[in-house]
Amino acid sequence: MATQQTRSLARFMMAPSVVLLFVWMIVPLVITIWFSFQQYNPLNPIRDGFVGFSNYALFYSNPAFLQSILNTLTLVISVLLITVIGGILLALLIDQPMWGQGIVRILVISPFFVMPPVAALVWKNMIMHPQYGVFADMARFFGAQPIDWFGQHPMLAIIIIVAWQWLPFATLILLTALQSLDGEQKEAAEMDGAGFISRFIYLTLPHMSRAITVVILIQTIFLLSVYAEILVTTNGGPGYASTNLPFLVYQKALLEFKIGQASAGGVIAVILANIVAFFAMRAVGKNLDK
Amino acid sequence: MARSVTTRHKTIATIAAWIVALLIFFPILYTIITSFKSEQEAIQGFSIIPSGTFESYSEVQAQNGYFKFFFNSVLLSVGSTILALLVAIPAAWSMAFSPTKRTKDILMWMLSTKMMPAVAVLFPIYLIFRDTGLLDSRIGLMVMLMLINLPIVVWMLYTYFREIPGEILEAARMDGASLWNEIIYVLTPMAVPGIASTMLLNIILAWNEAFWTIRLTTTEAAPLTAFISSFSSPQGLFWAKLSAASTLAIAPILIMGWFSQKQLVRGLTFGAVK
Repeated sequence: MATQQTRSLARFMMAPSVVLLFVWMIVPLVITIWFSFQQYNPLNPIRDGFVGFSNYALFYSNPAFLQSILNTLTLVISVLLITVIGGILLALLIDQPMWGQGIVRILVISPFFVMPPVAALVWKNMIMHPQYGVFADMARFFGAQPIDWFGQHPMLAIIIIVAWQWLPFATLILLTALQSLDGEQKEAAEMDGAGFISRFIYLTLPHMSRAITVVILIQTIFLLSVYAEILVTTNGGPGYASTNLPFLVYQKALLEFKIGQASAGGVIAVILANIVAFFAMRAVGKNLDK
Repeated sequence: MARSVTTRHKTIATIAAWIVALLIFFPILYTIITSFKSEQEAIQGFSIIPSGTFESYSEVQAQNGYFKFFFNSVLLSVGSTILALLVAIPAAWSMAFSPTKRTKDILMWMLSTKMMPAVAVLFPIYLIFRDTGLLDSRIGLMVMLMLINLPIVVWMLYTYFREIPGEILEAARMDGASLWNEIIYVLTPMAVPGIASTMLLNIILAWNEAFWTIRLTTTEAAPLTAFISSFSSPQGLFWAKLSAASTLAIAPILIMGWFSQKQLVRGLTFGAVK
């Protein structure tokens, strides 16, 4: 009797969260799928109607599409590589005994709290500007020609900015994991004559594996939908050189008002995210069982 | 002998770590420095000693009405966080204290909703907001931010609540505490730290959210993310002003962030790393 009561109370307490999230997920998604089979242009409604898969075909045959998928993957993979490897190295460094460790931690973690538009604008204007940026000042100091980052290497520039934002996150989490490593184990390994490298490979790395998995999962979620950084720096250009999938969908929907095509792109983005999510969630689920 | 080696090791580590840390922090530091320069100084090449003028700060307020955006940011991040807590606390509570076979599936499902790319639902949400008059309204955006962060809030509260030992509740009940007393005197004091941490992290996430806050607002409800983005097409070079605006936009959250490093790790890793 009592358990029955508790159980229905539990259901009642859970209902608002579950219902809200369910509605928030399903309603817009269904509308998107519906629009992806429609011709719909708010500016030119004459030809509106059901068009089957032609939006997908149009979106697919758009040269920007493959480019945007490629850019999305390039961004995710490069930033993951930089932040995970850099994060491990930085965590190992900061974990050493030193003076002012607390302040070092604070300095390193700071970029994570900078909102994306600020991060992008600061890098665009103060650091990478071909005329007045710090990089240009440095290049001139060494007698070199300043680089037009966003004109010549737009993807690289965006990768640098996004990696700068996420490196602190990876470092902080990996450092936390590192610091929970049992000191006695480390000492025992040292006594047994294990060098720094073998200690790292056989003791530290396995200990950090769970944290690394989590870092990859969380970052992937956010990196797949990088938007503000592109909006305020290159606006997807030059051409489509730095357009990722979210940005392409945004352009189609709110700039060109090709709602059908944008929705088809949105559905593709969902499928892509789900493929990634499938693997990521399994990894996390496994780790949380421990 | 061994001691001198340790000191040397420590010295090298200190120097290396400080150099790397300062390099990483440099863009922020340089922004703060530039915000105290005049517009003339700001584009005159590299220098780390500003003339110390506050004119950019007063201009950002006078010309752009900075405080309206700041106020919106505070309202949206705090408001959406309180909304999320109101919805999430009961859910996390029941999952932590009376878990069923499906509890873990529900948690994973909630997390999976975070995987949905925002752009995929941009247009439907835009339509819904437009047709219900929620476009550029603080309430609409508050609900939006609440929904976005709800999975993380539920997860984080759940990991905190799970650590409250159930035996304490039983003991209180045996001592004859009523349900109400149990909640007020036993549970609340133990739950408050977890709730506070969750709140802190969620305010940071909501403050920095830069997709919906930019796309669903124009003037009335626009927070700092939208305000800063409006600087992306500058009419002329207003770098001191941009720096002042940026400094003001990140300062509150930066300071909050420094104090919440531990909670951040825990919250963003769903309790997997502590």
